[in-house]
Amino acid sequence: MTRPLWVRAFGSWIFRYRRTWRGSVATGFALPLLYLAALGAGLGTLVDHHVAGTAAVASLGGAGYLPFVAPGLLAGSAMQVATSEATFPVMAAIKWERLYEAMLGTPLRVGDVLAGHLAYIALRTGVTSGAFLLVASGFGALRSPEAALALPAGVLVGIAFATPLVAFAATQHDAVGFNVVNRVVIVPLFLFSGSFFPISRLPGALQVVAELTPLYHGVALARSCTLGHLAAWSTLGHVSYLACLAALSSLAARRSYRARLAP
Amino acid sequence: MAAHDEPIVTARSLTKRFGSFTAVDGVDFTIGRGEVFGFLGPNGAGKTSTMRMLACMSSPSSGTLEVRGLDPARNGPQIRAGIGVVHQHDALDTELTVLDNLLVYGRYFDISRRVVRERARALLDFAQLGARSGDRVEDLSGGMRRRLAIARALISEPELVILDEPTTGLDPQARHLVWERLYQLRQRGVTLVVTTHYMDEAEQLCDRLVVMDAGRIVAEGSPRSLIDSHVSREVLEVRLADGVHGELVARLRGEFDRVELLADRVLCYGDDGDAMLEAVHAHGYRSTTALVRRASLEDVFLQLTGRSLAD
Repeated sequence: MTRPLWVRAFGSWIFRYRRTWRGSVATGFALPLLYLAALGAGLGTLVDHHVAGTAAVASLGGAGYLPFVAPGLLAGSAMQVATSEATFPVMAAIKWERLYEAMLGTPLRVGDVLAGHLAYIALRTGVTSGAFLLVASGFGALRSPEAALALPAGVLVGIAFATPLVAFAATQHDAVGFNVVNRVVIVPLFLFSGSFFPISRLPGALQVVAELTPLYHGVALARSCTLGHLAAWSTLGHVSYLACLAALSSLAARRSYRARLAP
Repeated sequence: MAAHDEPIVTARSLTKRFGSFTAVDGVDFTIGRGEVFGFLGPNGAGKTSTMRMLACMSSPSSGTLEVRGLDPARNGPQIRAGIGVVHQHDALDTELTVLDNLLVYGRYFDISRRVVRERARALLDFAQLGARSGDRVEDLSGGMRRRLAIARALISEPELVILDEPTTGLDPQARHLVWERLYQLRQRGVTLVVTTHYMDEAEQLCDRLVVMDAGRIVAEGSPRSLIDSHVSREVLEVRLADGVHGELVARLRGEFDRVELLADRVLCYGDDGDAMLEAVHAHGYRSTTALVRRASLEDVFLQLTGRSLAD
């Protein structure tokens, strides 16, 4: 029984992760703790007090601000972890440490190198989402047993962001572009895709824009899991949007990896 | 020498283009099993591009290539399973320890953890890194890193090891240690393919080599045969007291096999260096320094590829 080639690449990332996992687990729990304490328990009491008895209660999902914001933060964190894993480490593997070059001197092919790295990023977002769910449940922010499905939802968000970003990262020659992506794409998405407030609060045209962004679908998906509002059609819509984004981007990633690593 | 007759690499009209730039321009060569084969050439000659094709890490634009009896286009992973590659920039994992670098790498070949551990220990001793196995790569010197990169390339017990400039950037002691280890590999029957722009390295290591320039092979043979067929036996390097080097070259033309004018001295090629020096003196020139030496691969190389810088 020989292991598939991409699994060997995946395995090497896990090997490295095992040497450094302690730090990432600490931040994996610390960040949700800080976010949920500040936004859920802190800001949330103010919001709940303010909206009590108004129609706005329903727009927050009917369970209060903490259960509303927790899945938004989960999806947002999955995006951010995926983004940081899909940019600087890719540049390092191409250019700074030449890890990919080392892999390509073994039986692994370019596609295996790519798939192994994406699988590892999926694992990392899974670990982050899992930590987030544990902390959120400690805060009493989960309202349904279906909340466990927010973990695969977080992984899907991670893959949907990681795939186009690795495709982009493989075309870059330094890290300048990553900072631009972070400021121009990631931060605005984090703030305006429904994580912190329902997008119905945005001006009409911007609502449409928000609905077209991948994080909106990730947040909506995670939220329907943790609030127990999963509905077949909307779930299918969110999942297919994110899956299609990942699938199309993986074609682009194969192209840009090949152009960079085996011209 | 019989084993050398059986080819492990065969290239015919091998070509690599990047856009409109032709890096490797239709080269032919055959590398025999157990041979130490060198690619010698200035920067930009196409050595690394050729190497990457041999290692099945990039595909030829045209021509045919057979490695380990297989077609790289179809059997890349299978071919690479029997090849060890020492990359020009080591490509080590600097965050991991010396031992971990070998363990991770062995797993790419799907070698069991137990076997990788056994081999890693032996290879670290071979590379004189046994005492450093727990150290992070970051803390190693350049020579140690190169030895680790070589040890790593051997983890799969390859029959063909490809080394891209194995001693570039190393100090003399480190270079000699690497050469010694490569010599030991050769004794074990491992085929070595080496690129270098160091003539002494090619002379020391290679059974046979090709000289590349601007993507083409301009000469091929054993180091000795290349020296014999391209330059005379001895070289006289002479520097004149009054600096009239140009005049001397004009006077000597036709007298020796070849006379070459450099900025600060004159090189004379012939069978007898001392006799050439006497001839210079007989013409009435006074030398401040005069060195008679055996012709080396460096002379061949410079004659074939010229003295102008490639970049």
